[in-house]
Amino acid sequence: MSLVWVLLVALSVAVAAATGRMEALTPAVVESAGRAVTLSIGLAGVMALWLGLMRVAEEAGLVRLLGRAARPVLRRLFPEVPPEHPALGAMVMNVAANMLGLGNAATPFGLKAMAALEELNPHKGTASDAQALFCALNTASVQLVPASVIALRAAAGARQPADILGATLVASLCATAVALTAARLLRHLYPRPPEPR
Amino acid sequence: MIRLALEAVSRWAIPLLLAGIPLYALTRKVKVYPAFLEGAKEGFQVAVRVIPPLVAVLVALGMLRASGALDGAARLLGPVTAALGLPPSVLPMVLVRPLSGGAALGVVGDVLRSDGPDGYAGRLVSVMAGSTETTFYVLAVYMGSVGITRYRQALPAGLLADLAGFAASVAVVRALFGP
Repeated sequence: MSLVWVLLVALSVAVAAATGRMEALTPAVVESAGRAVTLSIGLAGVMALWLGLMRVAEEAGLVRLLGRAARPVLRRLFPEVPPEHPALGAMVMNVAANMLGLGNAATPFGLKAMAALEELNPHKGTASDAQALFCALNTASVQLVPASVIALRAAAGARQPADILGATLVASLCATAVALTAARLLRHLYPRPPEPR
Repeated sequence: MIRLALEAVSRWAIPLLLAGIPLYALTRKVKVYPAFLEGAKEGFQVAVRVIPPLVAVLVALGMLRASGALDGAARLLGPVTAALGLPPSVLPMVLVRPLSGGAALGVVGDVLRSDGPDGYAGRLVSVMAGSTETTFYVLAVYMGSVGITRYRQALPAGLLADLAGFAASVAVVRALFGP
């Protein structure tokens, strides 16, 4: 991100120098910085509402309920993990929390799952197939309601801020399907070290 | 048919969840109101936490716009990106999405303002941000937590998933809302 950011800013200055628009840059910088704060205040209301609702859902046991539905799917995805192993339970809760958009709750479960999978990993320092698959799943997590995007759309005055919900669900299912397939198919291209320790 | 179903999901999901979750929680004897306030506090903190990345990205994008670099890129890459269904203002999303979630929200905010939330570009950038994840960040946190330095197939799989999410976003937004 450092590189991308510096490149974008440096490129702007270089182009402004070439096109003689340098006088437009400073006002744009000041205005943009101010707008970032306005934007986040617009975000605050909906994010507070959503995370408040999700905390209620969590305390009512909905994460656990969703996890029970996800468990058979995950068992099929990770046949090398014994069904009674704690890794499976942690992965189930991680996926369920991610679906509800509970990032703060999902990460601890995810880290617990990685630690549990590490017990099954003979090659320390190198990801096992299960760990790679689990991470791939998390880099394409299916979110039922993308609350922050809806909040931004509401702040921008969209007529129906949530009208992108159905489209987002379909697109993220596609992304997840590709993540799972790619992690499965590409594993042979990344052989594990020959000698287990 | 699918279109109608997706429209119904978009329209009904949030009101139903807003009414259904607290009702269900009441039957489970959850103290709904204090729990809500506790979570809402956290939501407010999220909004504060995204201010630094929003400042960084909105300033960079504002400079790109003011310097004419974005117009230049649009002219140069326009024919290619138009064929892919990507308006030029959406291009920074492709660059920034795998690196930073806050930065991706910054791009969404920028496009929503410049192109409007109810146009093709505004809807596309929203769906792109909602359907993909911060691949590098997730990998760094998860793999790093158990000291793994060789990610193997996880990195290409995560990046391919982002690409698939972008492509699917274009296809779905075109199908549902038109270009």
